[in-house]
Amino acid sequence: MSHKQLPKEYYELLEELQATDFVLLELTLYLDTHPNDIDAIKQFNEFAKMRKQLKKKYEKEYGPLLQYGNSYSSYPWNWDDAPWPWQV
Amino acid sequence: MWVYEKKLQYPVKVSTCNPMLAKFLIEQYGGADGELAAALRYLNQRYTIPDKVVGLLTDIGTEEFAHLEMIATMIYKLTKDATSDQMKEAGLGAHYANHDRALFYQNAAGVPWTASYIAAKGDPIADLYEDIAAEEKARATYQWIIDLSDDPDLNDSLAFLREREIVHSQRFREAVEILKEERDKKKFY
Amino acid sequence: MYTNRKYYEPYISPFDPCKPIRMKSYSTPPNLYLGFQPPGLEQFSPREALKSGTLWKVFYDPYEKNKEG
Repeated sequence: MSHKQLPKEYYELLEELQATDFVLLELTLYLDTHPNDIDAIKQFNEFAKMRKQLKKKYEKEYGPLLQYGNSYSSYPWNWDDAPWPWQV
Repeated sequence: MWVYEKKLQYPVKVSTCNPMLAKFLIEQYGGADGELAAALRYLNQRYTIPDKVVGLLTDIGTEEFAHLEMIATMIYKLTKDATSDQMKEAGLGAHYANHDRALFYQNAAGVPWTASYIAAKGDPIADLYEDIAAEEKARATYQWIIDLSDDPDLNDSLAFLREREIVHSQRFREAVEILKEERDKKKFY
Repeated sequence: MYTNRKYYEPYISPFDPCKPIRMKSYSTPPNLYLGFQPPGLEQFSPREALKSGTLWKVFYDPYEKNKEG
């Protein structure tokens, strides 16, 4: 795994996930100070749903994003496979 | 508890092998207004602040760890293949003598990180004003590092981090307003 | 033209050793003028938001490299 170069598609999918997560993070901070903005909550829940699908797609190709049971594992255990985020 | 996510918050690219930039960037790793200090400052204040703003401190504190990882990534990429001669020329000879290419929580002048960078007064307004000031100081530090850097890809990531300081400052200012009045439910006595 | 970058002219002494910088400047980010964020402000698309570092356009504050002043 560690000698394998990641394909161009990896970087594209990663950026899509980063963009979706960024919207969720921004809405999280916003909602922390605007707890009654129903439109923002609707947008948050929509993006949370999209995020779930993106996570599934990403993990199928490139392995788990989270562990402690927040992602499934294939065999053998693949959580600690390189590359790590600072290496890509 | 915290759960680590195996991805960066924002893509970090470095276009030139210039370890001197790592020497400047370490200010935001282990400096007074750096990302480590920010994360620990906000997470530490949560225990003695009104419940209404604990969520915000938790979420911004957590984001600061994502920024710390971005800064670490920049430093890692700038130094991982640098020779000891290149490290020396970049002003990192003293760093190399002590740490090789290991990252160390210190500022750009080599002063180790200290808990005294983090104020914790226990007064909600004093602490939130401290946080607003910390965000403005971090924004300024990013500006000065962008001024020093000629790496366009690195500056792209630094501009992202600078912009985040602006948004955090906004949210902390809103937190002060929340503590000044019950915005959503008016109380009558 | 309105800008968030503010300028001032510092005092210059005939005995200043370096070539004087006649105009100094500093940023005043857009959030300083907003107050409590109102609902429904215009957003960037997710990709643009990531690139800009903010979901809401009102906070976007590109920084120009500034080597002097």
